[in-house]
Amino acid sequence: MSLAVARQAMPLPPPVPREARVQPSPELKVLIRDVDFYYGDFKALKSITLPLHDKRVTAFIGPSGCGKSTLLRVLNRIYQLYPGQRATGEVIVDGENILSPGVDLNLLRAKIGMVFQKPTPFPMSIYDNIAFGIRLYERLPHHELDDRVESALRRAALWDEVKDKLRQSGLGLSGGQQQRLCIARAIAVQPEVLLLDEPASALDPISTQRIEELIAELKGDYCIAIVTHNMQQAARSSDYTAFMYLGELIEFDETELIFTRPKQKHTEDYITGRFG
Amino acid sequence: MSVYARRRAVNAVVMAFTLAATGFGLLWLVLVLGTLLWNGTAALTPALFAQMTPPPGSTGGLLNAIFGSVVMTLIATLIGTPTGILAGTFLAEYSRGSRFGEVVRFINDILLSAPSIIVGLFVYELMVVRMGHFSAWAGAVALAIIVIPVVVRTTEDMLNLVPNALREAASALGSPKWKVIVMVSYRAAIQGMVTGVMLAIARIAGETAPLLFTALNNQFWSTNLNAPMANLPVVIFQFAMSPYADWQVLAWGGALLITITVLFLNIGARALASWSTFKQ
Repeated sequence: MSLAVARQAMPLPPPVPREARVQPSPELKVLIRDVDFYYGDFKALKSITLPLHDKRVTAFIGPSGCGKSTLLRVLNRIYQLYPGQRATGEVIVDGENILSPGVDLNLLRAKIGMVFQKPTPFPMSIYDNIAFGIRLYERLPHHELDDRVESALRRAALWDEVKDKLRQSGLGLSGGQQQRLCIARAIAVQPEVLLLDEPASALDPISTQRIEELIAELKGDYCIAIVTHNMQQAARSSDYTAFMYLGELIEFDETELIFTRPKQKHTEDYITGRFG
Repeated sequence: MSVYARRRAVNAVVMAFTLAATGFGLLWLVLVLGTLLWNGTAALTPALFAQMTPPPGSTGGLLNAIFGSVVMTLIATLIGTPTGILAGTFLAEYSRGSRFGEVVRFINDILLSAPSIIVGLFVYELMVVRMGHFSAWAGAVALAIIVIPVVVRTTEDMLNLVPNALREAASALGSPKWKVIVMVSYRAAIQGMVTGVMLAIARIAGETAPLLFTALNNQFWSTNLNAPMANLPVVIFQFAMSPYADWQVLAWGGALLITITVLFLNIGARALASWSTFKQ
């Protein structure tokens, strides 16, 4: 029975022993240390310190406006597109502080890919959507580029649906397909970290399920950070969970612990739906 | 009278007024087009496209004027389009929220509504006086000055319609800013930008005042851009004001020709615009 069928048959994910979910001694990939963030004068993040582990999924939960998306946008410095937004503190990726001024933003973003809440296919063909990112960094002969596009689409579980219409516009796909196209586009660049900002919140349940399966698939190769409003999604698909509230990190632990034995009253209230 | 009946009555009266106003406006348009078709169709002979503008009393066509209009419109478009698109790109992509951008946008809007005769006089001072003679170059430059603000405005408006999420997505892949603009923003806005250029061409196709002071007119066939060049608007102006019947017929023909060209440019622009909304 395939994973998809199993998931459909059972409303809850099959119980997996904790040891199997969180392998011992995961490697540290990103260390967020004392990060403050400002929208103009408004302080949106207050001294956030948090590790992200390689080959693990870290979920960020919390009510709207708590700063979880903001934190994600610090990690690839996409906030710098807008004047007036700034971050202080350190984000150490592989030993290098990416918040320091000398960092090449384009190379940083090649290493740290991002998928946004709303699907954002570029106004070009499905093929070119994927090839766009690859062409930024590599000059490949045609057949190699074809291979790279195909493998990215396969990894994003989209290949079978689009292989006969690669030259058609990416805008013609359904919402769920568009979002998988965006994920394929992000992984085609071969990043090491994937930031997913509510990647399934604009999608129907079936598409959401496919995205979650995809995250489980990709976990083996990337360090993944996902922002979600969906508590079940965080519980299902992450190894670690960070609960944020009003710009502060309230609690960070293994997902299993956060959802069964949270240390903070605040966290418990939120995950049990007493506020939010 | 009940409230409901009163509302119906007011509605009927307002509707009657709006219909009457619409009819009044359309009436003149129909009369203008009707007169133009009535008088112009007679002039639409093969000779109109094959012979030069004649002296009074002999037969001829408008070939030199058609050629001159096409050449000067083409050069004006070639100068005005890249300038306008680059400036519009600056306003939409690089100077958002900046004081300088606002000043440029304001000045551009003034230029957009500047009377074309001012543009003509400006180029007369700038080029004709200094060169010592009228020329097709001067005419093309005057028309280009009219094209630029139109293209700046439409380019900026169209780029502003491109969602920021698209720019963020491209930047998040590590794309440098110029590539985000060229590969993503332009692609998303291209139909609107082309529409703007077509409308700008339609606008200059019938401009007379800027050419009167710059390209002047030429009774003969001329391809010399450093010399005065015939063009439809000035020929129409001269021929329509003349007392000679055959000149007046040619003026009607030229007017019809310009109107048809502008009509097709507008239809083309609309088709492009609706095609783009359909696609998305």
